[in-house]
Amino acid sequence: MSAIVKFDDVHLSFGALKVLKGISFEVQKGEVLVLIGRSGSGKSTALRCVDRLERINGGDIVVCGRSISDPKLDLRALRQDVGIVFQSYNLFPHLTVEQNITLAPRWVKKVDRATARAEALQVLRQVGLEEKIDAYPEQLSGGQQQRVAIARSLAMKPKVMLFDEVTSALDPELTGEVLKVIEDLARGGMTMLLVTHEMAFAQRIADRIVFMHQGRVWEEGPRTLLADPQTPELRTFVGSRH
Amino acid sequence: MFTNFALIHVQVLLGGLIWTVVLSLISFVFGGLIGFALALAGVSKVRWVSRTIATYVALIQGSPVLIIMFVIYFGLPILGVEVGSLTAAGIALVLFSSAYLGTIWRASLQSVPKTQWEGADCLALTYAQRMGLVILPQAIRIATPPTVGFMVQIVKNTSLASVIGVVDVTYVGKQVNAATFQPFTTYLVIAVLYFCLCYPLSVLSRRFERAYSVSHR
Ligand SMILES: Nc1ncnc2c1ncn2[C@@H]1O[C@H](COP(=O)(O)OP(=O)(O)OP(=O)(O)O)[C@@H](O)[C@H]1O
Ligand SMILES: [Mg+2]
Repeated sequence: MSAIVKFDDVHLSFGALKVLKGISFEVQKGEVLVLIGRSGSGKSTALRCVDRLERINGGDIVVCGRSISDPKLDLRALRQDVGIVFQSYNLFPHLTVEQNITLAPRWVKKVDRATARAEALQVLRQVGLEEKIDAYPEQLSGGQQQRVAIARSLAMKPKVMLFDEVTSALDPELTGEVLKVIEDLARGGMTMLLVTHEMAFAQRIADRIVFMHQGRVWEEGPRTLLADPQTPELRTFVGSRH
Repeated sequence: MFTNFALIHVQVLLGGLIWTVVLSLISFVFGGLIGFALALAGVSKVRWVSRTIATYVALIQGSPVLIIMFVIYFGLPILGVEVGSLTAAGIALVLFSSAYLGTIWRASLQSVPKTQWEGADCLALTYAQRMGLVILPQAIRIATPPTVGFMVQIVKNTSLASVIGVVDVTYVGKQVNAATFQPFTTYLVIAVLYFCLCYPLSVLSRRFERAYSVSHR
C-alpha cells in the first residue's frame, strides 16, 4: 500500500490563532478516511491544505508524491490530482451543467468538445443526473447541485477526492441521494478524505476514522472506533451526536 | 449688435456637440482600459500593488475634475511640457474615469463570491482562464448598470473642458449667448442636446439592471 495523502506534523496558524498543532495521518490508495471532530477543531482547514488553498506553517503534506511545501511545486498539476467538493457546491451559475463539467477538461486538459461532452455524460450517469446536462445550476435542487459538483470533480479523473461536509447545507430529505453517490464512489475504489458530521454515514463508509480535537489528532482507528472510544473527548463527542 | 437665436445657431451648437462626444469617447475608452488594469491590480493579493492603486484612486477622486484639468493645462507648461486644451481636457477626463471605473469594476470583481474564485482554482485553471471564464462573466453582469450610469457622468463632465478653451457644445453655447443675448433659449437648447446624449444611456442602464435581476444568468 502507498499513501496518496500523507500529513506529517502539519502546523498552521491564522495570525495568533493556532488551528493545526502538528497533525499526522495517512490516506492509503483506495482508502476512505473520515475526519470527525467538533466545530472549530480544524477539519476544514486540514482539508483545504491538501489542495493548498491554505498555506501551512510547519511540517509537510505529501499528495500523490508531491510535497505541497516544495517551492518548485507545480500547483496546477497538484490540483488536477485532487478533487474537492465543498459544502456550498460552488457551481458556476452562468454556465450550464455541461459547461460546468467540461470547463476544466477542455481548458486544462485540452480534451476536444465531443470527448468532453461524452465524459460529462458519463460522470453525470454516475451521479444519476444525465437528463440535467443542459440545465443551469439555479434550476436544480441543492442535492442535485451537489451531485453535479461531484461530477465536475470526477471529470478531471482525480486520484483522491476531498469532501467537506457536503450535505450539511441540504435539507434532510436531500442528503441521502448525495451520500449514496459518495458511497458508490467509495465502493468503486476511489481514495477519499471526507469530513462529515453524519456519524451513521461515517461508520458505514469509513475504512478509518480520525477524530480531531483542538487542532490535534486525538484518536484514530478503524470504523469501530465510534463504538469504542478510548478518550473522554471522543466519548463526549459521540454521545452528543446520538 | 445682437442677432436672433436661429437655426444656424443650432447647427453651430451641433458642431460643438461633436467635440463633446469625442471627449466622452476618449474618456470612456482610455479611462476604461486603465480602469480595467486598475481593477485587476486592485484585487491583487500583493499588498503594495493594491495599496498603490488605492492611493492613486483616492487622489483622483479627492480633487475636482476641473482642478485636475487646470493642473495639466496650466501646470505642465511650467515644467516645459506644452499641452493643448483638448489634450489637457482629455488627460484629465481619462484620469477621472479611470479612477471611478477602476473602483466600480474592482468592487464588481470582489462581489463575485470567494468560493467562485476557489472553485476555479481547485479545477486547476490558470489565472487568465479563471478570470476570463469564471470571474469576469459574473462580474460584468454586476458591473454593467453602474458602468453605463457612470458614462452619463463622463458626458456631463466634459462640459468642464470649455473652461480651458475646448470648443465643445458648452463653449460654443457661451459664444452663441454672447452673440444673441438669449441665454434662456441658448442654454435650454444645450440642455436638450446633453439630455439627448445622456438619456439613452440612462435608459440602457435601467434596462440592463432589469434584465439581470430577472434572470440571474
Ligand atoms: N481564513 C481564516 N482566518 C482566520 N481564522 C480561520 C480561518 N479559517 C478558519 N479559521 C479558524 O480556524 C479554526 C478551525 O476552523 P475550521 O473551519 O478548520 O474548523 P472545522 O473543524 O472545519 O469546523 P466546522 O465543523 O464548524 O466546519 C476556527 O477557529 C476558525 O474560526
Ligand atoms: Mg468545516
